[in-house]
Amino acid sequence: MTTPTVQDRAETSRRESRTAAAAAAKRRERAEGWSRRAPLLPALLFVIVCTQIPFLLTIWYSLRSRNLLRPEGEEFVGLQNFADIFVDSTFRTAALNSIIITLGCVFAALILGLILALLLDRKFPGRGVARTLLITPFLIMPVAGAMLWSISMFNPTYGLVNWLIGLVGFDPVDWTSQYPVLSIIVALVWQWTPFMMLLLLAGLQSQQKDVLEAAQMDGAGWWKTFRYVTLPHMRFYMELAVLLGAIYVVNTFDHIYLMTAGGPGTESANLPYYIYQRAFLGFDIGQSAAMGVVTVVATIAISLLALRLIFRSINEKVQS
Amino acid sequence: MSKILTTLAWFAAFIFFAPVLWMVMTSFKQEAEAASSPPTFFFEPTLDQYRAIFSSEAGSHFLNSFIATTVSTLLVLVLAIPAAYALSIRPVKRTQDALFFFISTKMLPIVAVIMPIYVIAGNIRMLDNLALLIILYTAMNLPIAIWMMRSFFLEVPGEVLEAASVDGAPLLMTMRRVLIPMVAPGIAATALICVIFAWNEFFFALNLTAAEAATVPIYLMSTMTSEGLFLAQLSAASVLASLPVVIAGWIAQKQLVRGLSMGAVK
Repeated sequence: MTTPTVQDRAETSRRESRTAAAAAAKRRERAEGWSRRAPLLPALLFVIVCTQIPFLLTIWYSLRSRNLLRPEGEEFVGLQNFADIFVDSTFRTAALNSIIITLGCVFAALILGLILALLLDRKFPGRGVARTLLITPFLIMPVAGAMLWSISMFNPTYGLVNWLIGLVGFDPVDWTSQYPVLSIIVALVWQWTPFMMLLLLAGLQSQQKDVLEAAQMDGAGWWKTFRYVTLPHMRFYMELAVLLGAIYVVNTFDHIYLMTAGGPGTESANLPYYIYQRAFLGFDIGQSAAMGVVTVVATIAISLLALRLIFRSINEKVQS
Repeated sequence: MSKILTTLAWFAAFIFFAPVLWMVMTSFKQEAEAASSPPTFFFEPTLDQYRAIFSSEAGSHFLNSFIATTVSTLLVLVLAIPAAYALSIRPVKRTQDALFFFISTKMLPIVAVIMPIYVIAGNIRMLDNLALLIILYTAMNLPIAIWMMRSFFLEVPGEVLEAASVDGAPLLMTMRRVLIPMVAPGIAATALICVIFAWNEFFFALNLTAAEAATVPIYLMSTMTSEGLFLAQLSAASVLASLPVVIAGWIAQKQLVRGLSMGAVK
């Protein structure tokens, strides 16, 4: 072993200081990372605790035969609950109703919303007032809106709708029991059309005026301008409106609970309502949890589409 | 042509507003006029229904709703503003993942988690407790608020932040003196959306509250017990229940769009 020369020693110390510097840099980087993360953590933890833990429990319940009416009989049943719900015809009706109500409401509201947005996208006296009146249905408490429709509008004896159709000679109809799903859709469309209108109106107003003027100068009529300039521009807004609307409407509960209670029988129950019924009126936790899991998986399909779209819009904005 | 379109717009506005108008009219009727066939269009307006509500115990439900809405909205803002900051101005590494996680929780059907929440709340004796609603409303609105606040933070010009950091101002001071005032309209818009959703929320309140913590939507529903009989009073209650959100929404129409699209549409 030779004694280290001065040079060697200098070399080691340099190396040491370099590793020390690297470690310090790493430490600083880590500290930096944590100082960036710190403001995010409280919100992140809060959301995880409130949503992920209950959902994990739902999955746990879905694998067990828990029924509050039979507290002794809880055991692990594997996928039995899932097998049961797929042969449950009420579950299929509810799933179908979920689809019918969501699609019916979203597309009717989208078309009405587009028409209203086009009507409002021009200057006329009292435009602000007209817009204010049009968005009001969306601001009415949904519980109040549902009761307004089921009682004041659709009541077979003194409802406004029967009075109106009576004026043109139709017999009174017991709307919520004869056409329960249609009644629910009408009330929902009334509530969600303003939502669609607001999003689409924002889209129309974000069009560049010079492009529209150029189209007009080139002699394109209203329809051609709409078809080849406005509609392509509106595609993003329409997709967004459909997907956001679908995410909200697929979870409809208030209207069904208050207008038809899923009836007559279970004819107009959608998935959220049926799951609620099984859980809180049937006390069948295992089954309702399994249905909850299935609903979540199905919802994720639409959600992913919606998310991709929202992310696209954000990234485009960041780039521009 | 322009006249026709204007007329059409007004006609559509009237059609959509008519049910609301009818609800307001019914609330000023006597019960017999409210449920008459054919409908009563001309009547002597009365304040009886409103008087009846003000002298009932409805006040406690309005107070519950007010507390649940304001406290949860404040909590949302306290949690969302720093989180949005960490996802925009001084972003963490996995910003996109965090954003994705937050928004994906909004797409979880509430009905899929109600049973565990009910069981847990029962075990820790939190059923029929406003605190439980406040926690759940906070969790429900937090993702939207983070997305919205982020979209407002992203609009703060970079030079402003640079100038502040060159001055060597510490983070919290920069936040308070520079950032918060610049995004104040955004905070107001975010609060509005949280207030709307919390005030109108029905499902949690239905399943997790009873006499003590019942909010306005539950009170409204309970007035429907004998359908039709108290239609005028129900209408008056509906008007009162909807009024706060209707007025807030009328005032802040622009912010409404941005909030409903979670910041994606301005």
